Amino acid sequence: MTCHDYRDLMMGYLDNELTPEQRNRFEAHLSGCDMCRQELRQFRKLKAITDEVTLAEPEDRLWQDYWCGVYNRIERGVGWIVFSVAAILLAVYGGFKLVETIIEDPTVGMLLKAGLLALIAGLAILFISALRERLYFWGKDRYRNVRR
Amino acid sequence: MCQDELNALQRCQRGSREAFGLLVNMYKKDAYFIALGLVGNREDALDLSQEAFVRAYRHIRDVQPGRRFFPWFYQILRNLCVSHLRKRKHRLAASLDDTNCPEVEAQGDSFSPDAVVGQAETRKIVWEAISRLEPKHREVIVLRHFRNMSYEEIAEALGCNKGTITSRLYYARSRLKELLGPAKGGVLHDVP
Repeated sequence: MTCHDYRDLMMGYLDNELTPEQRNRFEAHLSGCDMCRQELRQFRKLKAITDEVTLAEPEDRLWQDYWCGVYNRIERGVGWIVFSVAAILLAVYGGFKLVETIIEDPTVGMLLKAGLLALIAGLAILFISALRERLYFWGKDRYRNVRR
Repeated sequence: MCQDELNALQRCQRGSREAFGLLVNMYKKDAYFIALGLVGNREDALDLSQEAFVRAYRHIRDVQPGRRFFPWFYQILRNLCVSHLRKRKHRLAASLDDTNCPEVEAQGDSFSPDAVVGQAETRKIVWEAISRLEPKHREVIVLRHFRNMSYEEIAEALGCNKGTITSRLYYARSRLKELLGPAKGGVLHDVP
């Protein structure tokens, strides 16, 4: 084994994560390798100064209000979903009624009616196309069941 | 696995918000401090850690039976933090473009010095060096040094084996050594 192969053991040695057998193996290598001894010394210094730094503890209030913050977000999320569904339903219904009124109104010109119908047909084609594409790729996605 | 956690997780999967509250209380400190270590300032850490819990709640049924909550939750938190860092970097790069200052180094991570405590000078230098690590290297340093997690716990949270963790730690510490070493006028040589 080369020094390169002992790198992982060196980290484990530094962090007290080695089994007794691994520790003995590493110490045996260390006793005959100046380079690794030197490197270990530097890593020990690094660990010492890194350990001097700790993340600042926030005020107690943050912990007391923490769950409240999460709960409010969850509740608001539900609120937004309900609101969005209702808004979509109302918009579709209103749109449908508007189109119906325009089509049935004899005072509105044929050109405007045709334009409106073409607009709706175009939107429907775009929607179906995007939906079909989504379904096609979803069916072909080999990684859809892979958990991240 | 802790029985309380398992019970809370099962109740939560059946729709109990109260049970989810127990899970939040169990892991809020880990979540906040890990986010703080990854993104570097308190406001973002609070926001991201709470958002991670909200997303976890929405997808809680995805946790497979018998699996622990935290490693699964950690993936959500980590993805949020990485995506936040990416956005911040792009915003900073865009603002530098706007002000025509190409000579200013695009140091994407605005790490706030008051996020950490310790001896003032060392704290500032070490924290700045940590902020310059790649996210995957910063992550192992945060989990090991600031959350005191074992290699096994880190490996479980990151979904990789212990060998990968030791290897990442080696590269992370080597980079830190470079950043803090005498060549950079750093603090490493002052330590006896």
